[in-house]
Amino acid sequence: MVKFRSLALALGLSTALVSGFAQAQMTLRVANMGEPDTLDPQNMSGTWENRIAGDLFLGLTTEAADGTVIPGTAESWSISADGTVYTFKLRADATWSDGTPVTAEDFVFAYRRIMDPKRAAKYASLLYPIKGTEEVNSGKETDFTKIGAKAIDAKTLEITLKEPTPYFLELLTHYTSFPLPKHVVEKAGNDWVKPGTMVTNGAYMLSAYTPNDKVELVKNPKFYDAKNVKIEKVIFTGNEDRTEMEKRFRAGEMDLVTDINPARIDTLTRELPNELKIAPYLGLYYYTFNSANGPTKDPKVRKALSMVVDRDIITQKVSKAGEIPAFGIVPPGISNYGQALKTDWADKPKAERVAMAKKLMEEAGYGPGKPLKLELSYNTSEGHKNIAIAVQSMWKQELGVEAELVNRDVKVHYNTLRDGNFQVGRAGWIADYNDPQNFLYLLETRTGSNNYGKFSNADYDKLMLEAGTTVDLKKRAEIMAKAERIGIDQDALMPIYFYVSKNLVSQKLKGFVSNTKDIHRSRWMEIVAN
Amino acid sequence: MSRFVLNRLFSAVPTLFIAIAIAFFMMRVAPGGPFDSDRQLAPAIEANLRKAYHLDEPLYMQFGRYLVGLAQGDFGPSFKYQDFTVGQLIMKGLPISLSLALGSVLIATTAGILIGMIAAFRQNSRIDHVAMAGAMAGIAIPNFVMAPLLTLLLGVHLGWLPVGGWGKPEQVILPLFALALPKIAYVARLTRASTIEVLRSNFIRTARSKGLPNRLILARHALKASLMPVVSYLGPATASAIVSAVVIESIFGIPGIGRYFVLGALNRDYTLVMGMVVLYAALILLFNLLVDLLYGLLDPKVRFE
Repeated sequence: MVKFRSLALALGLSTALVSGFAQAQMTLRVANMGEPDTLDPQNMSGTWENRIAGDLFLGLTTEAADGTVIPGTAESWSISADGTVYTFKLRADATWSDGTPVTAEDFVFAYRRIMDPKRAAKYASLLYPIKGTEEVNSGKETDFTKIGAKAIDAKTLEITLKEPTPYFLELLTHYTSFPLPKHVVEKAGNDWVKPGTMVTNGAYMLSAYTPNDKVELVKNPKFYDAKNVKIEKVIFTGNEDRTEMEKRFRAGEMDLVTDINPARIDTLTRELPNELKIAPYLGLYYYTFNSANGPTKDPKVRKALSMVVDRDIITQKVSKAGEIPAFGIVPPGISNYGQALKTDWADKPKAERVAMAKKLMEEAGYGPGKPLKLELSYNTSEGHKNIAIAVQSMWKQELGVEAELVNRDVKVHYNTLRDGNFQVGRAGWIADYNDPQNFLYLLETRTGSNNYGKFSNADYDKLMLEAGTTVDLKKRAEIMAKAERIGIDQDALMPIYFYVSKNLVSQKLKGFVSNTKDIHRSRWMEIVAN
Repeated sequence: MSRFVLNRLFSAVPTLFIAIAIAFFMMRVAPGGPFDSDRQLAPAIEANLRKAYHLDEPLYMQFGRYLVGLAQGDFGPSFKYQDFTVGQLIMKGLPISLSLALGSVLIATTAGILIGMIAAFRQNSRIDHVAMAGAMAGIAIPNFVMAPLLTLLLGVHLGWLPVGGWGKPEQVILPLFALALPKIAYVARLTRASTIEVLRSNFIRTARSKGLPNRLILARHALKASLMPVVSYLGPATASAIVSAVVIESIFGIPGIGRYFVLGALNRDYTLVMGMVVLYAALILLFNLLVDLLYGLLDPKVRFE
């Protein structure tokens, strides 16, 4: 009996110790809303993968807590007068988690690797501003040394661009530009991403990776700024079920939930007003018009269809998360741009807009006797369906347009858009980098398949080319604004709203700063017991 | 008996082949491909990808390549989860799904048979009515309603059990129970119906007329005979519990393989879907064989020829 009791005591003590230790370790639990396709930053393509990659690796530049660009692995840089040659000085104390120094060679290696056609990196095109990359990636050039990245010495890296790219420093925060541990990747091949093998240069290291479950990171003691990193462990859960993740948040099993079920917005606003953080986000929700074929080839039809859609009703009664009604292509609050542009009819009273639209439809040859019939395609989702129904009824009521709703699963939907087998189609664009070019390029002829509607306008293309070679930021902004004006006047697409980010943030989580990129690196946050 | 087993295993090969062929070609006929997304790829990059996955080859060559790989036990690389092969994904998830499925079937048969027997013996009593009404509700309320209700009540409001996750013992309780619930109900109804029928049969009447007490009649004669329909239900139930735990796995965030069936199809992850089809077909064939063997043990009328 005595024995038994002491055993129980020992057991109790050790449990207390273990749980005490577990509490002492500061852990951030993130509902990441997506299973990573891979942990190799060069083959990623999703925002949920970015959250993991940005904790593991540190690019030449990186994001501060508020999303602004700050020095990362590079401590300083200089830019040539024509804006095409960047010389980066790497931090002397930048090391990989195994203690090996991070060198300029690691960057050169990474940029050659991502451009290798055999690697088939989906997002390689983001780095096409670097000289020679596009040629190598498309197989036209087989000499990888033609890529404009050169190690001057161990800690000096020179990058040569095709044309001045004002958003280049911003682009370097993106995971496609992260350095790779050459010494590990060359030895382990594709297995270098496995826990135990992967070596990183960011604030965290990989400790566990279970497909369909979670990715676990622990603090990297070799990180140059480790003394300021408070959270010791980060657990990313990949489950996409937003309602279940909200439940786990409410049960205290999650500290940060990166998206919510739109149908829950009213409840959450009421019940968790301090936890729900809604903030403008660099993203555009829009309908693309088929500009090459069918009735929407006529700009008058496009304009009429766009004019009668009441964005206020859609954002206030349908999507309801505080989205910003959109009348332009570039979201407000973006860098390197002036005032956000609007359609000239945006502020006109509704009756006047409807009258104008009716007239346009008549000119295009449609009327009560001959109503316009078209298909409105969207990818299957409750939210997209509700908006499509609202738009359909607005078209019907104001213009007598008979729109048939067609929903397809997301792969088939975008496949249909690419093949041009649609008339009006839902689309969305989230910025890859904080620059208007990332939105305006969607309407360039040379963009190809991401220009879903095959909009093509010679003046637009010329302006965008000109903007690409203009170093002066103010002048460049003016040129791009001219292009955006053409896109808006021609109604190349129908903007509906600018996205907002929707996070559930525990009261215990400090250091979370809402920002337009919705990027929140764990190194800036901490968990404080209330 | 070993000849019977061997025969069955041999006859499974053509069945498997047909399942594989149908699944392979149906996946390719479905519109949309693994690389379609809202971020359309540059043509050169898409060409690189297609080449890397041999999608640029003619279909019959891809099919041949797949069969050759499969014969060597290689399910190929996953299109979506690039850090893992399909074999690795299945190996990581199968033990979890298998233990969940077997656990739930075990609970379901124990509790279901018990409830069914009691109900049959007390036919048309209050206990019978309550048990059968409960069973009806258990069958009628689908998992995707029951599981969230359970998590809301026991996890969020009462805070007794974790709402999701995997790895700790307390995280197993809710999903196991949610998965077992409709099966308990089904087994209970099956047992009740067959027990009532068996109790009316001649050999039970003989046993009664011999003056055997009720519990001996039940244990020695009625139980074996009345379990036949339950046993035949067990084979497909176990196989389907492994892959049809989709809802449960997604609600509780369990890293099993159930979700791969759905995710694989949605992502057009050709190799993953194929791997799941092969696995599911093999499991069904295997469990049906086991059930047939069990039959022989329970029913003296069945002989293996």
